[in-house]
Amino acid sequence: MQRFLTDAAEYLPILMQGVGLTILVTIGSLILSTVLGLVWALMRVSGIKVLDWTAKIFVNFIRGVPIIVQLFYIYFVLPDMGIALSAMQSAIIGLGIAYSAYQSENFRAGIQAIDHGQIEAAQSIGMGWWMIMRRVILPQAIRIVLPPYGNIMIMMLKDSSQASTITVAELAMQGKLIASATFKNTSVFTMVAILYLCMSLPLMYLVSRLEKHYATGRR
Amino acid sequence: MIVLDNVHKSFGSNHVLRGFSTRIEKGEIVCIIGPSGSGKSTVLRCINGLEAYDDGSIRIGETRVDRDSKSIVDVRKRVSMVFQRFNLFPHRTALENITEGPIYVKGEPRDRAEERGRKLLARVGLAEKETAHPPQLSGGQQQRVAIARALAMEPEAILFDEPTSALDPEMVGEVLAVMKSLAEEGMTMVIVTHEIAFAREVADRAIFMDQGVIVEEGPAREMLSAPKQPRTQDFLRRVTHPI
Ligand SMILES: Nc1ncnc2c1ncn2[C@@H]1O[C@H](COP(=O)(O)OP(=O)(O)OP(=O)(O)O)[C@@H](O)[C@H]1O
Ligand SMILES: [Mg+2]
Repeated sequence: MQRFLTDAAEYLPILMQGVGLTILVTIGSLILSTVLGLVWALMRVSGIKVLDWTAKIFVNFIRGVPIIVQLFYIYFVLPDMGIALSAMQSAIIGLGIAYSAYQSENFRAGIQAIDHGQIEAAQSIGMGWWMIMRRVILPQAIRIVLPPYGNIMIMMLKDSSQASTITVAELAMQGKLIASATFKNTSVFTMVAILYLCMSLPLMYLVSRLEKHYATGRR
Repeated sequence: MIVLDNVHKSFGSNHVLRGFSTRIEKGEIVCIIGPSGSGKSTVLRCINGLEAYDDGSIRIGETRVDRDSKSIVDVRKRVSMVFQRFNLFPHRTALENITEGPIYVKGEPRDRAEERGRKLLARVGLAEKETAHPPQLSGGQQQRVAIARALAMEPEAILFDEPTSALDPEMVGEVLAVMKSLAEEGMTMVIVTHEIAFAREVADRAIFMDQGVIVEEGPAREMLSAPKQPRTQDFLRRVTHPI
């Protein structure tokens, strides 16, 4: 225990750099996946066959390929086509696209759970498709979508460690570097695990609060 | 002002409207009655373009109703709809439900829309419910807000699709009272209803439809008291004396 504490004090600063990058990758890819996921979901429910099918094919395509392979593709293959991205950019884009598939399924389920009468009422007062989405459907879908969204955030936080495979020195990677240089596997990886928990436990708490909030009543 | 001419509509192989024609004049109150599945809702839904029709024509004044044309927004501003299950927006207050269309569809300034909205709420007897959300209101109250929402668009006509069928019996009266007051002010209304007594009292004309066509129509008082067609007689007997 004594040993662990002195190790912790020594390596924490470096690991915290990893934490910073982990958060950066997670937030960046969270934003990208949310925007893209919403685009796919809206295409799916647009009622326009071409858009529906395009989104469907794309989403299944993404879901069918492991995240790590998508990351390799963006980081190692795209440069051959003249698109060179930094490791960080590749990680955010790769994870963002990969997770947009899950986001879109969640959003679509939320949108389709809204009673069709809501759409008809909105149409009957002259609203067009975009306004119906913005003012009637999406505000109601949020309560359905949020709890699963929280879970996706937690999964993304953990999966950000896959960015290490394309040289992003995030938390897991920093841990591995320190461990292999010092052979203090136990201390280092215990700290890595604790740091991940410090980030994911608050998120889990938030999710359970959201679930309770929306289960017990309105708004 | 609303003219339906030989309207046909099928859902797949189910031929629901089979040449439905009628004219509804400005200020007229028309009740449509008929058995379940006869196409009453479909008629209303075609009139304001919630449903497309296959053949014939529907006109609101000079405008042809075409669900896929830009002009449909104009049609819907002119002809409002009140639904059986209210379909209020649950995430907005009673007042916001009413001002939603005026502000966001018609571009009316917020303060003016709210002022009108408050008057409309008072008109349907719910002045004190301004900030209530629909789930906090009874069915009768929700339907009255829905009527105010339809009125807020300042429509030329309002379509009612069984506005009291989803209500507990003790709340039917309050909604019918509001509708009656609209009738007295000269609002053009097309009402699908099973409330025969109400129709007899308030409507100018009654239409009995079955299997997608008009079987009989005439002045409401007369036709609903002494129908000529055997099918109408049979239907009315079953509605007014269910046992
Ligand atoms: N969206 C739809 N898709 C397929 N069939 C439909 C649809 N809407 C209505 N129908 C069918 O059209 C027929 C007429 O329906 P409609 O709702 O107009 O009847 P209604 O006279 O209003 O009956 P009710 O008194 O039960 O409300 C029914 O057979 C119904 O099953
Ligand atoms: Mg009906």
